Amino acid sequence: MFSRAYKVAVAVPPLLWVTVFLLVPYLLMFCYSFWSVSASQTIQHSWNFDNYLQLLRVDVYWQTLLRSMWIAVRVTALSLLLGYPLAYFLSFYAGKKKDLLYQLVIIPLWVSYLVRAYAWKTILGSDGVLNTLLQYVHLTKHPLEFLLYSPFAVVLTLTHIYTPFAFLPIYAALEHIPRNLVEASHDLGATPGQTFWKVIFPLSIPGVLAGATFAFVLSLGDFLAPLLLGGPSGIMISNIVVSLFGAAYNWPLGAAISLCMLVLVVGLLFFSERLEKKWSFS
Amino acid sequence: MEFLVSEAKLISGSRWLLLHAVAVFAFLYLPIAVLIVYSFNSEGVGGFPPHHLTLGWYRTLFADGPIWDSVLNSLQVALAAMAISLAFGVPAALALERAQFPGKALFRRLVLLPLILPGIITGLSLLMLFNVTGTKLSLVTIVLGHGTALISVATTEVFAGLQKLDRAQEEASLDLGANYWQTFWRITVPNLKLPIIGAALLIFTLSMDEIAVSFFLIGRDNTLPLEIWGRLRRGITPEINAVSTIIFAFSLVAIVFWYRLRMRGESAAEAGTELVGAVEEEAV
Repeated sequence: MFSRAYKVAVAVPPLLWVTVFLLVPYLLMFCYSFWSVSASQTIQHSWNFDNYLQLLRVDVYWQTLLRSMWIAVRVTALSLLLGYPLAYFLSFYAGKKKDLLYQLVIIPLWVSYLVRAYAWKTILGSDGVLNTLLQYVHLTKHPLEFLLYSPFAVVLTLTHIYTPFAFLPIYAALEHIPRNLVEASHDLGATPGQTFWKVIFPLSIPGVLAGATFAFVLSLGDFLAPLLLGGPSGIMISNIVVSLFGAAYNWPLGAAISLCMLVLVVGLLFFSERLEKKWSFS
Repeated sequence: MEFLVSEAKLISGSRWLLLHAVAVFAFLYLPIAVLIVYSFNSEGVGGFPPHHLTLGWYRTLFADGPIWDSVLNSLQVALAAMAISLAFGVPAALALERAQFPGKALFRRLVLLPLILPGIITGLSLLMLFNVTGTKLSLVTIVLGHGTALISVATTEVFAGLQKLDRAQEEASLDLGANYWQTFWRITVPNLKLPIIGAALLIFTLSMDEIAVSFFLIGRDNTLPLEIWGRLRRGITPEINAVSTIIFAFSLVAIVFWYRLRMRGESAAEAGTELVGAVEEEAV
């Protein structure tokens, strides 16, 4: 039905745009990661593996990467723990209030990420809302210092930000479960617990995987929450990249770390997609 | 939350689920509540209980030139990014649905990647492009960054709309002698009105809030999130709470508008999860 000219007209402009502004920049990042910086701070276009060797040799890089992954794992686990029961409650018990409650979960996503992270800072600070509240009701005498500028603050804030992201696909998966399967399970004598673990939960696994991937990938690459709330012990891998592209001025090394993150993320997406396919029933 | 109990079919165990849901909602809304309350607190940010409620911070805000300059910059960036994303995202959706070409699978994944990738990677890779080509960083580079990253939003929304579209109308239009250009503007676009407006709203809001990509592409002029970021690093005042409260109010209006629009054909849940679902299914 559509002529060749039509297909060319709709395909070529976006193809060109995406090539110039997405594909070429990723390739440039790849190239940069094999270059180096001279003593006079100019980029040397000589190809070598030094940046990658340095990543392996210098402890702080891979230790920070591991710490970032550990933070991301905790954020993912907490987001699922908060998001899954909420999605289950909305999908199966909320009745007519379902749509309204659903929108209430989405609304925080529309408040600027930065502003929400900063609100946590005003809650957790040593003269912040929480500490002054605790002293006001005489639960503590001195401000609790571990609340802010710690990995705890980063995990809490990122969990707050990514819980709706984990919730969304789980809720979608639960909503797609045919209700007659659940009824059949009840009719055949299964207890509510059995119905959940043998029918509902397995059918929701693709949603859990999607939500977990979202939460993990986005929190892994975050650099603003650690800068605002992390303090020295909450630094994440992207903060190192930011400083390499800024004051430390070593773009090639920064590009190498970014590329490692890119490969990690794309690998994870690929893996999670394979798993989702395996677990989806349709 | 009392109303829930009466409405819900309460069976054993669901009371814990209800408690959990209330707790999660409290967690999600606590920072937003704090933000709004302390925008009226004369004693600055933090400190319990808040007292001496005042509109003073809003007065300070309205007299604050740099903030409003950055709001204006952000509005311009968001509008321009919206134009770019739609101009390339709509044809991309048509191409993905209707054309076969070499590299199509790669193309689809590339378009969707910026939505799931941490912003730092998109921002830095574009920074390298602008550096190599000698492009001076300015609001234009931010527009290019946002426009490119948010093509994914336009494409997923319009692609979903296209799949529900009946092609007979377009076919009839072509048979009756209209050319492709006329058919596109008179049949295809009017039929895709909802997904296109929805995508435009979403792109606009995401661009207004975006900071991770802008962080690396910023020139002399700040966008609002970067202006806020600069001030946060210097120290915090309730003025930031005030501007955030105002923006939150505007976002709420946009959300209500967007849901009104989407509720016309489908349940709200379908509308919101469509995008996330599409991204997750197609990101890799």
